[in-house]
Formats: sequence, structure tokens, C-alpha cells
Amino acid sequence: MSSSVNTALENAQTEVSTPEPPKNQPVRKAKRASGVVGLLLQNRKAAVGAFIVVFYVLVAVLGPYLVPYDPTQIVGRRHTPPSWEHWFGTDGSGKDVLSQTVVGARSSLATGFIVGSIVTVVGILIGMTAGYMRGRVDDFLSTLINIVLIIPGLPLLIVLAAFLPAGFWSIIFVLSVTGWAWGSRVLRSQTMSLREKDFVASAVTVGEGKLRIMLREILPNMMSIVVAGFFGAVNYAIGAQAGLEFLGLGNPSNVSWGNNLYWAQNNSAMLVGAWWTLIPSGLSIALVAFGFSMINYAIDEVTNPRLRSQRQTASILKKQPAKVRRSRATPVLMEGNGD
Amino acid sequence: MSEQRDLVLDIKNLTKHFPMGGMRDTRKVHAVEDVTFALPRTEIVTLVGESGSGKSTTARLISRLIEPTSGEVIYNGKDVLKTQPGGASLEYRGDIQMVFQDPFGSLNPAHTIGYHIERPLLIHKKVSGRKALKDRVHELLDTVGLGPADETAAKFPYELSGGQRQRVGFARALSVEPKVILADEPVSMLDVSIRVGVLNLMKRLAEDSGLSFLYITHDIASARYISDHTNVMYAGRMVEGAPSDTLVHEPAHPYTRLLLSAVPNPHAGLRTQETQARGEIPSLIDPPPGCPFAARCPHVMDVCRQIMPGAVTIAPHHWVRCHLYGDGGESPLPNAANSVG
Ligand SMILES: Nc1ncnc2c1ncn2[C@@H]1O[C@H](COP(=O)(O)OP(=O)(O)OP(=O)(O)O)[C@@H](O)[C@H]1O
Ligand code: SF4
Ligand SMILES: [Mg+2]
Repeated sequence: MSSSVNTALENAQTEVSTPEPPKNQPVRKAKRASGVVGLLLQNRKAAVGAFIVVFYVLVAVLGPYLVPYDPTQIVGRRHTPPSWEHWFGTDGSGKDVLSQTVVGARSSLATGFIVGSIVTVVGILIGMTAGYMRGRVDDFLSTLINIVLIIPGLPLLIVLAAFLPAGFWSIIFVLSVTGWAWGSRVLRSQTMSLREKDFVASAVTVGEGKLRIMLREILPNMMSIVVAGFFGAVNYAIGAQAGLEFLGLGNPSNVSWGNNLYWAQNNSAMLVGAWWTLIPSGLSIALVAFGFSMINYAIDEVTNPRLRSQRQTASILKKQPAKVRRSRATPVLMEGNGD
Repeated sequence: MSEQRDLVLDIKNLTKHFPMGGMRDTRKVHAVEDVTFALPRTEIVTLVGESGSGKSTTARLISRLIEPTSGEVIYNGKDVLKTQPGGASLEYRGDIQMVFQDPFGSLNPAHTIGYHIERPLLIHKKVSGRKALKDRVHELLDTVGLGPADETAAKFPYELSGGQRQRVGFARALSVEPKVILADEPVSMLDVSIRVGVLNLMKRLAEDSGLSFLYITHDIASARYISDHTNVMYAGRMVEGAPSDTLVHEPAHPYTRLLLSAVPNPHAGLRTQETQARGEIPSLIDPPPGCPFAARCPHVMDVCRQIMPGAVTIAPHHWVRCHLYGDGGESPLPNAANSVG
């Protein structure tokens, strides 16, 4: 080491050379994740949404054991309005509507969660691969994503559903095939911006592998998007399943909200004024959708300030305009130099 | 000159052109152009230059985060670009470490400080067993002045100040027992009051652990404080290289003189100069021939706008690329005079 050091500097050095000790505040136990969850718990929208969703999940899980009648059996006269015997009335063939609604929750929510999981996993795989690998891999996957996005969803759904044997898993397959692209696109662009961050470069320089960088360095930083995408996909699946079944493209012997509506329509519920056969399933679909949307709004609210600051960091890191660099100088210095 | 010296890194004619991005846009950003310098073992060599002069890009090229357009990166006598064409080997990753410019971007917000330091230890199999791992993490945190270590290890990056994060960056770099650390403006984003602390940490590490440092900065005063040899970069090119003291006392290149003319005191660094210089940095997009400094140079001559000056050695270990020196004609081969430590 050259020891010829400016004395002024040396003096300055002895003044301030003591390393600044870490602030001696107690270590905060709360991790980041629980911080976000904590904020969510305080959020009104999240509370309302979670209440609705949890209620319906409980209905789906426990309900079938508690219902008064077998939803597939004829247990009364046709189209009887709500009464003490049949709280939600009976449908056009004399089946109990309450039992149908409760049991239908299971099929609808199961479809939602299964499709949501598949779509999320596929979205992460394809979106992150495209965003991280870039180049030709990205060109190929992006084209694929765009094609799926551009093809009008409902017609494709109908065509696919019409060709496959009617059934629970066919619908899940159809909804997964048509539903993964949107999440992929969002995750792709998020991955692209996160991979430019110095912490990714830093992981590369210490020798982390690609897969590990994607899953352990990048993915945890977009969990809010992943979770929001999951709920969105669940919503989409429940709605689309109901839509397909309503059009008669499901398996009509399966008890689900969509099929309940299909049968109500088939039995001319509107014409005979049997509104009670339409409202319970229709309202359930709407309420569940509302609940998931509320949760997503809340996630957005809670995480957005953070996203905003991430975006700022990203733009600084893009290392372009000189004016961003200005911020490097402490204001005190700028004033001191009188410029 | 360079023959007798033990060079850990020898960078030759390193060049990086970034495509402009547009599909039909064939123009290139000449971020790093024909950069040649050497890093002798256990020394600190500085790369000084203003914003956008290509310093970070040079460091990223050496650490092989990006691949150069052309040039050689000779590590321990071997051109790693040729011996490891598919990307850096794990061994090279372990030997060459980098400390990043922005302490707020270089730590992953999702992981604890402990995780950041454990990972390299595990990847490079530096320790075995949980206990040893934990001890080593704590030892490293203590080394960089981040005690009490067990508290720090449990924290998340957002709980630390910029200076503390930069120390974590050093601890992480040190964890793999590297031979070279590329420190990319490690103090530029820190408050003036804590800069010297981090610089002293670097100095101590170079002296104690036999490490070699490439110190990147835009502050020529800190370059002189910390390093043996300083290279000046301008618009992607090396314009002058000399022992740090010589550079400060006998600057040869007009740009170096400009940098030095406005150093009011060590702490304020180059602020005044930097603000004056802003907006005048020449475009790096397909630059015209000739000296890149011509637009701002008080001594500019006709030849400057046409021919790129070659490197001329004007004193031992002191070379400059400027038509004011030498015969002012076509340049001698840059390598010949350039590869001074
Ligand atoms: N990936 C990239 N694509 C295109 N241009 C780039 C890229 N990376 C850097 N550049 C350009 O290369 C030039 C040099 O950038 P670099 O970050 O190396 O400068 P620097 O000397 O480190 O500046 P600073 O002191 O501000 O950090 C800049 O003009 C920058 O815009
Ligand atoms: S070559 Fe000419 S323009 Fe460039 S620094 Fe020297 S005198 Fe100035
Ligand atoms: Mg830089």
C-alpha cells in the first residue's frame, strides 16, 4: 500500500474512522411476510373478502354432511317456494335447492382452487423462464403467451369443452389451458425488471445457479403478484365453469352452481317465476367473486407502496439519464458548493 | 514493466458495445472501448471517471456478469474468456467478487443478512456443519464491523443503514475467500461522514488478507487516499494511468487536470467539477473518430478530432493518451505502453 497520504485526509480519517455500529434497537422478530399479512388483517376489504371466502370454503367442506336432503333425489313437489320444509324451495324436478346450493359449492370451489393452482404454477414456470432467459426462449414463450391471450377466450372454451367428454376434469383442463397466459405475462415482465437488480447480479457473482436465482431470489419478491394472480384465477375458473355448465357444456349430473343454473333455465324457472331456484347459486357465484376481488384489492393496497418504491429503485438501476445520478450528491454538498 | 510484476488481473483491449435495442437500429452504445490495465497482486488500483464513463460496465465485464464484445481478461496468466467460453466457472466466481454501487439494490429484501452470507459459504463449501456455518457468518460480520453479529444476522436489509448494507456487501464478498474484489463505487451512495469508515475497511482488508482491489470511484481524492495506482476513464476509454500520487501532482491529460482543478477539499470531492461537467459528456452512440475529450478540451487541436491518440509513456508507470504528448501522429500500439500496473 502506498503510504503517502494526504494529511488532511488522514486527520479526517481518524475523526470518523470508527465503523458505525448497527443501531442497538431490539431485533424485530416480525418478518416481512408476516408484516404484509398483519397489514392485510387490519384491512377492512381484506376482512370482508376473507369472511365471505372462508364462509364458502366451510360450506363446501362441511356442508354436504349437514344438508337436509340428497341434492340428486326428488324430495318434494316441483317448484315449491321457500318454506320451513325446504328453506330455499324446490326446483323444477322437485329437488331441494338448499342442498343443491350447499353441495354445489364443493364442485365450484374445488374447480376454482384446482384451476387457480395449475394456472399459477404454469404461469410462474413459463412467465419466469421467459423473463429470466430472455432471447430466443423469451421470443418463443412470449409468442405462445400472446397467441393464447389473443384467441378469444369464450369461443375457445366452448370449442374445447364441446370436443372433450363432459366432466369435472375436462372443465379443469379447458380452464387451465385458456387461463395461464395472463399470469405468465405479468410475471414475465416483473421477472424481467427484477432480474436487472443488483441483488440478482450479486447472487450470480457468488455462484448461485439459474433455478435457485429464479425461485429463491426473484420469486419471493413478487409473491404479492403471485397471490393476487392466484385469487384472480380462482375467480375466473369459478365464473367460467358456471358459464360453461350453464351453456350445457358440463356434465349435467354433477351438482354445481353452474349446473343448478342450467337446470333452472331448462325448467323455465324465469317463466314460471321460480326465482328461488336461480338466486341461491347465482348469488353464491357473485358473492365468492366479490370476496376474492376484495382480497385482491386489499393486497394491492397493502403492497403498492412497496411496489412503487421498487419501481423507483428499478428506474435508478436502469442507469440511464444523468439527472437520476444527481440524487447521489447529498443536498448539503450541493448547497455547500453554491451551484 | 509488467513483466516483473505479479499481476492477478491483466485486462487487455476490453470492449463492450451495447445494441441500441430497436429491431432495425444497428447503432451501438460504446460503453467500454479498448480498456487496458493491470491489477498487481495485493494492490489497490483505482478506476476513476465521471458518471457514464463505463466504470461499472468494466467491472461487470471482469466479473463476467456480461460478456465483452472483444478483449481479454487474463486472470493468473490465463485468458478466462478463452478458457471458460460458456461463462465463468464456479472457481472464478469464488476468486473474483464484486461489491455493488447501490447498497439499497444489492441485498435481496426477502432474505436476512445471515442468509446473504450463508449462501456463498454453502455454494463454495467453505464450511461444513450448521455450527461452523453460523460461526463463520458471525466472524465475517464482526470482520466488517457489524457486531453484535447474531443480531445483525437476523435482520432484514431494510433494517440497516446504507453504510451497514455496504459492509454486508463486503462481508458477502469476503465469505468466499476471493483473490480479487471489484468495489464499484462502494461509498458514492453513502453519507460523507461514513465514507472514510468504509474506505478504511477496504484498506485494512487489502493489507491484512492479501486481497487485490479494483476500486471504482468518481472521486479522485479518495482514489489517492486508498490506492497505489489510478487509471482515469473518460467516455468508455482509458485516458491516463499513473501511480496515484503522481497523477495528483503531475496530471498529464487535460481531462485529469480538469478533474483535479476543482477539488476544494477531500470531503467535498469533485462536486463542483461534476456539476460543471454534466451534460457535456459526449454521446457514446457510434462516437466519431478522434479524442473523445475534444469537445471539452481547452487544448484541442485539429488532429484531435480525426485521430484517436495512442498511449504514450511519459514517466515510469505513467502513460497518457493525448496528442499533446508524443509526436501527435498515429498512435503506437496501445498495448506497448499501456499495460502498466
Ligand atoms: N445494459 C446496457 N445497455 C445499454 N447501455 C448500457 C447498458 N449498461 C450500461 N450502458 C451504458 O454504458 C455507459 C456506461 O455505463 P456505466 O454504468 O458503466 O457507467 P459508470 O461509469 O459506472 O457510471 P456511474 O458513475 O454513473 O455508475 C452508459 O452510457 C450507460 O448508459
Ligand atoms: S488529444 Fe487533443 S482533445 Fe484530446 S485531450 Fe489531448 S489535446 Fe485534448
Ligand atoms: Mg457505475
